[in-house]
Amino acid sequence: MKFGIVVFPGSNCDRDTFHVCNHVLGHKTVYLWHKSHDLQDVDCVILPGGFSYGDYLRPGAIGKFSPLMNEVGEYADKGGLVLGICNGFQVLLELGLLPGAMLRNKNLKFLCQFVHLRLEDNKTAFTRKAKIGQILRMPIAHFDGNYYADPGILDELRKENRVILRYCDANGLVSEDNNVNGSAESIAGLINKKGNVMGLMPHPERCSEQILSSEDGRVIFESVIDFIHA
Amino acid sequence: MKVRILVSFKESVLDPQGQTVKHALHTLGYDFIKNVRQGKLFEIDLDGISEKELEKIIPEISDKVLTNPIIEKFTWERLDG
Repeated sequence: MKFGIVVFPGSNCDRDTFHVCNHVLGHKTVYLWHKSHDLQDVDCVILPGGFSYGDYLRPGAIGKFSPLMNEVGEYADKGGLVLGICNGFQVLLELGLLPGAMLRNKNLKFLCQFVHLRLEDNKTAFTRKAKIGQILRMPIAHFDGNYYADPGILDELRKENRVILRYCDANGLVSEDNNVNGSAESIAGLINKKGNVMGLMPHPERCSEQILSSEDGRVIFESVIDFIHA
Repeated sequence: MKVRILVSFKESVLDPQGQTVKHALHTLGYDFIKNVRQGKLFEIDLDGISEKELEKIIPEISDKVLTNPIIEKFTWERLDG
């Protein structure tokens, strides 16, 4: 299959993501410059982590106006797979491809640490190789990951099983103490109604090789590969 | 024409930065301060549009760009009368 990694000015996880998709997992991968209008027939678009446009105005607020985002929107409408990691998730929220918004972390600190996440649904293209209830250990690195949505949206996400990852402890317990950034309902990752656009704050590309102390992130990329090849 | 746009969080959204500023002010003895909300300020110069267009364009750019309407609201005023 073919992955496409979008590069915004200020993206800083684009190369890590490329490395995992291409060198670690062995799939064709291309960079997609944000000013282009060509998605190069990729099977999955990844909006990587970083600080697009320096997070000016709000994280993801300027990136959403990048020319390529028109094509990404159309691609998503047609059912194409789009994965937003950290800043990529923030861009997807600003674009309205996923519901809600990000607020500053509850403790007003930039959080750069490993966290535990409970996998809530494995019927998606991004999690089909994982197990429900599986606990993943992945790093986070963000200032604005405190997920917010109106109560109506939160209800909808819950009823439609669209919350994919929740912050938890090593045993999978979800509680306010383990909710590192203060996210509504401890949400760390969610998916759209159609199931083809997912965003998550943790960085699976930073934990897909044993040398980096965790391989738990691989399951996200391997699920996508499995879905495309199925 | 010159306008000033004030962006702040909606009442329903917690503002941890405003809360922290409030606590700092309380620590300094200003206990009578009941609440602090932090926001953003934009001053924008415009030229070549009518008053009527201005009334339309400021809310338009505020909704589209300057705020995220899910969490933020705005007010605006003319600075040059």
